[in-house]
Amino acid sequence: MDTIQLTIDNKPVVVKKGITILDAASSVGIHIPTLCHMKLDDLNIENRPGGCRICVVEVEGRRNLAPACCTEVADGMVINSHSIRVINARQTVLELILSDHPADCLICAKSGKCELQDMAHHLGIREIHYKGEQSTYREDTSPAIIRDVDKCIMCRRCEMMCNEVQTVGVLSAINRGFNAVVSPAFEMNLDHSVCTYCGQCVAVCPTGALTEVDQTAQVVRALSDPTKTVVVQTAPAVRAALGEEFDMEPGTLVTGKLAASLRRLGFNYVFDTDFAADLTIMEEGTEMLNRLSRFLEGDKNVKLPILTSCCPAWVKFFEHQFPQLNDIPSTARSPQQMFGSIAKTYFAEKMGIDREDLVVVSIMPCVAKKYECGRDEFKVNENPDVDYAITTRELAGLIKLANIDFNKLPNEDFDLPLGESTGAGVIFGTTGGVIEAAVRTAYELYTKKPLQKLDFHELRGMEGIRHATIDFAGFPLKIGIAHGLGNARKLLEKIESGESEFHAIEIMSCPGGCIGGGGQPYHHGNAEILKKRQMALYQEDSNKTIRKSHENPYIIQLYEEFLGKPMSEKAHHLLHTEYFDRT
Amino acid sequence: MTDYKMHLLVCGGTGCKAADSDEIRNSLKYWIEQTGMEDDAQVVFTGCFGFCEKGPIVKVLPGNTFYVGVQPGDAEEIVKEHLVKGRPVQRLLYTDPVTKEEISDSKGMEFYKKQMRIALRNCGFINPENIEEYISRDGYMALGKCLTELSPQEVISEIKESGLRGRGGGGFPTGLKWEITNKSEADQKYVVCNADEGDPGAFMDRSILEGDPHSIIEAMAICGYCIGADKGLVYIRAEYPLAIERLKIALNQAREYGLLGEDILGTGFNFDISIRLGAGAFVCGEETALIHSMEGLRGEPTFKPPFPSVSGYLGKPTNVNNVETFANVPVIINKGANWFNKIGTEKSKGTKVFALAGKINNIGLIEVPMGTTLREVIYDIGGGIKDGKEFKSVQTGGPSGGCLTKDFLDTPIDYDNLIAAGSMMGSGGMIVMDEDDCMVSIAKFYLEFTLEESCGKCSPCRIGNKRLHEMLDKITKGEGEEKDIERLKMLSHVIKDTSLCGLGQSSPNPVLSTIANFEDEYLAHVNEKKCPSGQCKDLLKYEVVEDLCTGCTLCFRNCPVGAITGERRQPHYIDQSICIKCGVCYWKCKFNAIKLS
Repeated sequence: MDTIQLTIDNKPVVVKKGITILDAASSVGIHIPTLCHMKLDDLNIENRPGGCRICVVEVEGRRNLAPACCTEVADGMVINSHSIRVINARQTVLELILSDHPADCLICAKSGKCELQDMAHHLGIREIHYKGEQSTYREDTSPAIIRDVDKCIMCRRCEMMCNEVQTVGVLSAINRGFNAVVSPAFEMNLDHSVCTYCGQCVAVCPTGALTEVDQTAQVVRALSDPTKTVVVQTAPAVRAALGEEFDMEPGTLVTGKLAASLRRLGFNYVFDTDFAADLTIMEEGTEMLNRLSRFLEGDKNVKLPILTSCCPAWVKFFEHQFPQLNDIPSTARSPQQMFGSIAKTYFAEKMGIDREDLVVVSIMPCVAKKYECGRDEFKVNENPDVDYAITTRELAGLIKLANIDFNKLPNEDFDLPLGESTGAGVIFGTTGGVIEAAVRTAYELYTKKPLQKLDFHELRGMEGIRHATIDFAGFPLKIGIAHGLGNARKLLEKIESGESEFHAIEIMSCPGGCIGGGGQPYHHGNAEILKKRQMALYQEDSNKTIRKSHENPYIIQLYEEFLGKPMSEKAHHLLHTEYFDRT
Repeated sequence: MTDYKMHLLVCGGTGCKAADSDEIRNSLKYWIEQTGMEDDAQVVFTGCFGFCEKGPIVKVLPGNTFYVGVQPGDAEEIVKEHLVKGRPVQRLLYTDPVTKEEISDSKGMEFYKKQMRIALRNCGFINPENIEEYISRDGYMALGKCLTELSPQEVISEIKESGLRGRGGGGFPTGLKWEITNKSEADQKYVVCNADEGDPGAFMDRSILEGDPHSIIEAMAICGYCIGADKGLVYIRAEYPLAIERLKIALNQAREYGLLGEDILGTGFNFDISIRLGAGAFVCGEETALIHSMEGLRGEPTFKPPFPSVSGYLGKPTNVNNVETFANVPVIINKGANWFNKIGTEKSKGTKVFALAGKINNIGLIEVPMGTTLREVIYDIGGGIKDGKEFKSVQTGGPSGGCLTKDFLDTPIDYDNLIAAGSMMGSGGMIVMDEDDCMVSIAKFYLEFTLEESCGKCSPCRIGNKRLHEMLDKITKGEGEEKDIERLKMLSHVIKDTSLCGLGQSSPNPVLSTIANFEDEYLAHVNEKKCPSGQCKDLLKYEVVEDLCTGCTLCFRNCPVGAITGERRQPHYIDQSICIKCGVCYWKCKFNAIKLS
């Protein structure tokens, strides 16, 4: 390894050649502040426009200050990260940014989690010496995301996510100079664009410029309405991240406290989306096996690979970008929507509650779920199967609002029947998890033999695109996995060109899967947090006694009492959907 | 050009064309035909002569008779008198403003005496739409010499030896840039000509492309040969339609003649050039922004390194040079580095083209050897200040440059001297200001420009320039405080120190140099709430001097907002709360009874 020697803040430092001043300083414990820069190690995601100029440092012999995030180290470099010249420049630049930013921190959705606010604190800004006009733009509200770009600081993280990672291409910088801002083309509203509502822009926005549509007030209203029975479902990834909102270590599993808190919030029934994940496996797994066996029998009308369809942003993505492939994804609804559908039929009937009097709330790591539950095909007589989808962050807000001391809550169980789940349902929250769950069930249904081992390590990990071949008793089942829509696009292009050899592909829009969803506690560019959440879900899975969806007794009961069998007409009606050409 | 006895060179640059030179050309042709001179005299539509102040210009060869301010209606007289009878038309000759003598031969004019034309060598001499005329003036000889006699390394050495530095503003040694690009290994490399000229009032590159496009094509091919590129791109702003048109014609002709395309001159060297139109963003003159714009991305700069020489257009090594830089190259090859490096100063070799503008008598395009003093440029070539007013300042380097006072008039112009003086060479804009110009307003004007043209990518440039402008605006309105001057300086230094690209790194220069050189004007604005030049409207006050007012009512009748009241034959009164400071009363009053304070 080529190393070089340099001096940072009078400290001699030996570092690898080719790294930046920022990384070199960090390796010796000098943390140069940054604002626009964001790097998710292992996910190959980096935003480094060199635009905010907060990270400037003094390099001896250089005319102007150097941005630490972009400047490569050189042998013998002498760097000062906190000279008076640097501090003055850094503070002045931040004052300039603040001078063009609404000073409404007290009532901002991002208050307390805002990186700009933290930076102002970190740099000790007590006065803004340069006051003047502030740029103002129209607020843009969509079904899932609010753009309040008066608060945009042009860090371009959202733009990078939308274009480079997701290849959706909705957000980009428009206008020049003081009027420059990130926006959809022609300043159109998000809901007129091809935005998938994946929410990765929200996940990385350092300020309150991009936030989710907050529906906590509607949930509170439903909870306080005595005529309503309110049931709640909570997605797998939520339990691996909610603790962070209460200062717990990332990766702390809070399943029991989560159930307890929901009960204390006043939900009448505390259920689990994991149950619906098991149900999804029954439907999707059966559909996969059907398509596979017909394909192997030589049926030319059958197309492979089959693609998962749990992720609403992914669904919207292919409806916009690859409508010609609309017949490839599984027709199975997402777990959220399967849950809603079953809750407002099977459960409502069982409990003798009218559909209109039952309110279904879901807790999701996702902002696209807000959009999904509003889709017309998921409504019956205008009444949606899922009434409100709130994010992990919104739930944390609700818990705080209800004066619940989350850390001291006891561990409680979910209610039955829709609260029972298997390990297969839990891992739906991470990239690779849906397909692993499907493999566990499909293998046993296909081979009629029990699996020897349940952990498919070949399907796990953080690589953007992964593939594995699973031996289905002599038949090599070829599986592809992509997370991040840009990676999904690569696989779709291969399918289009006929180069794809996969039989089944799992796709999740967000890097890392739902654990990295747009509604999760902010990771602030720390990829370790995502990895810990992922580990937590696998931990939960291995702790479970039942780890295969088709062995969930309440799933078996649901089919016996209500649905008949997977892919039955009733199941088709309630648990499957269709896709639309949105071009 | 040898078939004709006489040649009438009509300026076909954008300036003269706007003043009807097409019509002059047609009229001259008409009268030549009418007088049966068509076998003896030829009308040539050339590029810019440079003396735009006196355009449209027609020059008659032989004899170098230089007609100024020609109108289409003058064609008949020029043909009948000068061509037929051999009697130059006296009334169209240039009159020296000092000696009042009529000067016929342009070589005798002060405007041209101290000029030395290398980059502009063919502008105003040849028809830019005819490759034969370029070839007749040694055109493509340098390319032939390079391809057949010299190795790429030898050509690079020659360019290095010549001391040629980038004329776009930065002054980076051209030969060194070529060498770095040559050494960057890649399967594909590019030569880019930066013709995104954007400084206010500057038109050096436009004139070269309009007047001598082949010189650029030839130089780009030479550069391609040196660095190992077979593709060239000219990035030119769409607002230069004539330059684009002539460049297109020239490219087609060069291809027809086998001077572009495959196997040029049978040497096996391939090179061709395509045109990319810019949408007029000033920042796209910055090379990384230019490259992004060519790639179809947002025109904004990225951090260097990597420099384009290593990773440029489409990620490939790309040599970006400015139009004027390229224009020098064929001459250096033909006449030798040792000829070129004897011109100029120790570290700045050759000549520089400047666009003279502002309060100067001879507005136009000039080319002078490096080392010529500002005084020579302004007073000898430029003919001094308009209307006999006092010189106050000269602004060089465009929006990135600084305003220099009379103390710097004897500074020999070169890259380093101008920087030492607090300004810069820039691409060659030179704007002269007189006693009537308010330096705070000048700084504000340049900030307005950079404010519009900043791409908005980095915070100090996006927001900092806005704040500078707001402070300057406050000062010109009489709302400034003395501490604002310190604050302006402080902020200016931070913007320079922290901005991402050259635009922000230099945009506060007009502020800093005006404060450094004209602090008293700033102080007058903030302390006395006065604009010494009387330019800042908000600080002006028009008042009636009662003793002088005759009550003629002329001012009352002309005031557009009804701010003036008064009885006939009684002193009038101006209501300051209504007055918009248009100055009509001041100019209309026949009795000097309106006082400006």
